[in-house]
Amino acid sequence: MKLIRNGTFVEDDFITVGDGDQLPDGAAIVSLERWQAERETLRARNAPIGVRLQSGQEPGAIADDLDRIDLVALEFPIYRNGRAYSYARILRERYGFKGEVRAVGNVLRDQFQFMIRCGFDALEVTDNITPEIWAENAGSFSLFYQPSVDGKKTVLSLRQRLAARARENATA
Amino acid sequence: MGGGLGRTPMIGKKIAGFVPKEDLLAYLEAVMRVYNMYGRRDNIYKARIKILVHEIGVEEMTRQVEAEFAELRKAGALHLPLEEVARIEAYFQPPSHENLPDDSAELNKAVLADRDFANWVKSNVAQHKVPGYAIVNISLKPIGGVPGDCTSDQMDAVAGIAEKYSFDELRVTHEQNLTLAHVRKKDLHAVYDLLKAHGLATPNIGLITDQIACPGLDYCALANARSIPLAQQISERFADIERQHEIGELKINTSGCINACGHHHVGHIGILGVDKKGVEYYQVTLGGAADEKTAIGDIVGRAFTEDEVVDAIETIVTTYIGVRQNGERFIDTYRRVGIDPFKESLYETH
Repeated sequence: MKLIRNGTFVEDDFITVGDGDQLPDGAAIVSLERWQAERETLRARNAPIGVRLQSGQEPGAIADDLDRIDLVALEFPIYRNGRAYSYARILRERYGFKGEVRAVGNVLRDQFQFMIRCGFDALEVTDNITPEIWAENAGSFSLFYQPSVDGKKTVLSLRQRLAARARENATA
Repeated sequence: MGGGLGRTPMIGKKIAGFVPKEDLLAYLEAVMRVYNMYGRRDNIYKARIKILVHEIGVEEMTRQVEAEFAELRKAGALHLPLEEVARIEAYFQPPSHENLPDDSAELNKAVLADRDFANWVKSNVAQHKVPGYAIVNISLKPIGGVPGDCTSDQMDAVAGIAEKYSFDELRVTHEQNLTLAHVRKKDLHAVYDLLKAHGLATPNIGLITDQIACPGLDYCALANARSIPLAQQISERFADIERQHEIGELKINTSGCINACGHHHVGHIGILGVDKKGVEYYQVTLGGAADEKTAIGDIVGRAFTEDEVVDAIETIVTTYIGVRQNGERFIDTYRRVGIDPFKESLYETH
């Protein structure tokens, strides 16, 4: 697997640990179950911590802990299960989460741009994905109708700006 | 929301009487988000909004959508400004109709002079809201023909007619016909003559031979049974136009499999092709409707073989004629008397 963070291929500095595994000294990602079972210990930990949510485990379950959580990994069990898109937007928009939101699981190239638009800033991809493939797919669409958390200007706002400019030119 | 046909037919339920225009997109997004988060993921056939609404109930669905909508409104992002609505509406303005008297002397004269034309006007021409105009429905259901089929020459002809007589606008309907939406009444006879010259003046809109049929087994890899040959046989059985008018409004919809592309659930008479050990059978439903009293049809009983089904349709029609009162439509008779008289006449003699 490769990790792309903010558009750059990077080494993964987090280790995803199983529920029975010993925690490493450095940054770690645990399951929601482990987070809930060891919440006090994990909150007090002196290293970055991430929580991995499966499809069906909503961000509301960790809403009160987001101040302490550095990363939320959202699972796409299969490409046609898009729940994590909603989870990502809820994390960003409803809970104002500023940490990393990472797409894991069945992360396909034709969905890269939609994931970015919904607030994912890191994607775990298969080894065959190259920077060229990333660039091609992460920028497939240049204009958007739907406003989202990526702050991209929508077609509507561009139109309004053009109309305002036309009015200014007409009066000038 | 939650309406749909296919293998699990459901009638949509109302979750909001009115949504302000400016909030329409946000409201739809709320619906989609609730579905995305809570829709079934374990079974692709159940991955449908209608299944979610059915399983949690319309009250719970409404509650969740409203809660999500309230959250989305806080973000305020999906606001649809009224000036944007106006900009889009400008693309859908009605054409510039002429100021005409509603009554057309030319039309009145032609109706009296040409009986076939008069019949066509009666069944295929509908009222227009603008005085002096009419709506022409072009039937693509010639007797014995393939429902909805049209040759390239016919398409060229229709395009020419639309250009000359109906503001260059032509619509395709879900009932597999074509519509010229704005024809001057005084031009109706000229339009009729042109349509007739191209075999497009079948005067049967809304009548029993104006059937909807899916492509069926002849063309479709999903189908269990043929649809088109059956529709053709029914069309030929009821070819007599006088008899069609005597029967009145009756919609027969045929699908060759449970995916319901022929909308059989909402046909007054619905026919569903099924496969029983490699043999085609046809299951018949009655009382379906896609009007303001939307209903899913009721299965009348065991399925019919290919050889039996046209006779069964005839028996249903004869039974209806026998019990109808004061010229009521088939669907109204069915709503009044229910399925029993039809069951009796269909199965007791077998």
